[in-house]
Amino acid sequence: MVKIGVLGLQGAVREHIWAIEASGAEGIVIKRPAQLAEVDGLIIPGGESTTIRRLIDKYGFMEELKKFAVDGKPMFGTCAGLILLANDLVGYDAPHLGVMDVKVERNSFGRQRESFEADISIAGVADNFSAVFIRAPHIVEAGENVEVLAKHNDRIVAARDGQFLGCSFHPELTDDYRLMNYFVKMVEETKSKNFA
Amino acid sequence: MKTGTDRVKRGMAEMQKGGVIMDVVNAEQAKIAEEAGAVAVMALERVPSDIRAAGGVARMADPRITEEVMGAVTIPVMAKARIGHIVEARVLEAMGVDYIDESEVLTPADEEYHLNKRDYTVPFVCGCRDLGEAARRIGEGASMLRTKGEPGTGNIVEAVRHIRKVNAQVRKVVAMDMDELMTEAKLLGAPYELLLEIKQLGRLPVVNFAAGGVATPADAALMMQLGADGVFVGSGIFKSDNPAKFAKAIVEATTHYQDYELIANISKGLGIPMKGMEISSLAPEARMQDRGW
Repeated sequence: MVKIGVLGLQGAVREHIWAIEASGAEGIVIKRPAQLAEVDGLIIPGGESTTIRRLIDKYGFMEELKKFAVDGKPMFGTCAGLILLANDLVGYDAPHLGVMDVKVERNSFGRQRESFEADISIAGVADNFSAVFIRAPHIVEAGENVEVLAKHNDRIVAARDGQFLGCSFHPELTDDYRLMNYFVKMVEETKSKNFA
Repeated sequence: MKTGTDRVKRGMAEMQKGGVIMDVVNAEQAKIAEEAGAVAVMALERVPSDIRAAGGVARMADPRITEEVMGAVTIPVMAKARIGHIVEARVLEAMGVDYIDESEVLTPADEEYHLNKRDYTVPFVCGCRDLGEAARRIGEGASMLRTKGEPGTGNIVEAVRHIRKVNAQVRKVVAMDMDELMTEAKLLGAPYELLLEIKQLGRLPVVNFAAGGVATPADAALMMQLGADGVFVGSGIFKSDNPAKFAKAIVEATTHYQDYELIANISKGLGIPMKGMEISSLAPEARMQDRGW
């Protein structure tokens, strides 16, 4: 069984743990950088990206997270997590982790009253996925090696760049675990390749 | 595509978990809060301790203040409407605030009826002192709760009482025999269906923060330890000696609420916290927690 960490600084942490466990992997809440060594893949959850970033800096997570990426381990960012993974942010001089080749715009669908649910199709995952968008970002541009997995109203809302998976919405707020199953499979494949 | 669904409204509060929501009265304070790592700010005309001091009727803030705060930060902005004040709530919704607090800190507009919060696209947070009050607010459509405490006192004792009470009553419902549930609903004045849902989930169906009296990092950590999903800090930050430092320390203590060495370190040399008040010194009409039912 693979072990998947959820960065537990702030946000919807326990919902991801439940989804990981329902998808046949072991979920671990990561509160300290040293814990990253224990896990085969990492989820950066939804929450407030500015808050999570501040706590990443405060507790010396930045270098360790970048190293986790360089080691080739899969990472999955949902909403705030996608913002943290992106290598370019609209209106900002510098990205956060900057490991995934996508340009992301924050709060791009509007404020909370514009937040919505919609049925979307995610390539290779589901053609009727109920997605919850909360003050959501979207991917403005995807690099050439990035596979676009889902769009909503012509905006990219889910994509994969090799070991990195990102989405604008919150799969952890529903009990549809198909996208989590997809990520668990990514983690299993990477782990078995490293042992082959 | 649907806006204003339960999932969207409750989900927004889920994203705030483990965080600190800070009261601010202008753009400058809002920026300090965001920089310190607040997950949201509450835009107000006066913090609760100043509302106490000023006396008179406390109303929704001047929309110019709310607008200024919304323009200053990218984190969500909440604002307070008076209990039962349909128009203040609609005005805040029209302005695009991200969450409305139907709050006992302001003078109630209606002593009998709270807002029918299901009618709105914008989500609401409401105060509670026990599970009955919590369930009634959820029944009316609140998407997030906060235990009331006693706002603007810098005294944590009421906040402790309320979070302990709500969580003890949740545990009781969860463990209760099904035969006893309707009687419990009657005794609490709570909708039966909600108690049933709590029993099945093993927890409240919405996020529950703690509020009303948090003045130090240790107070914030205490609330988390007692089972709050996050913390509201009203007067505690901008009535302290060094707001930026206090704000950061409270955020850190909330994240690492069981790391006592860390809390010791961040609490060193913070300066003077807000001056606290003994609850028994409050006149009955000055108790904000008794507003609403």
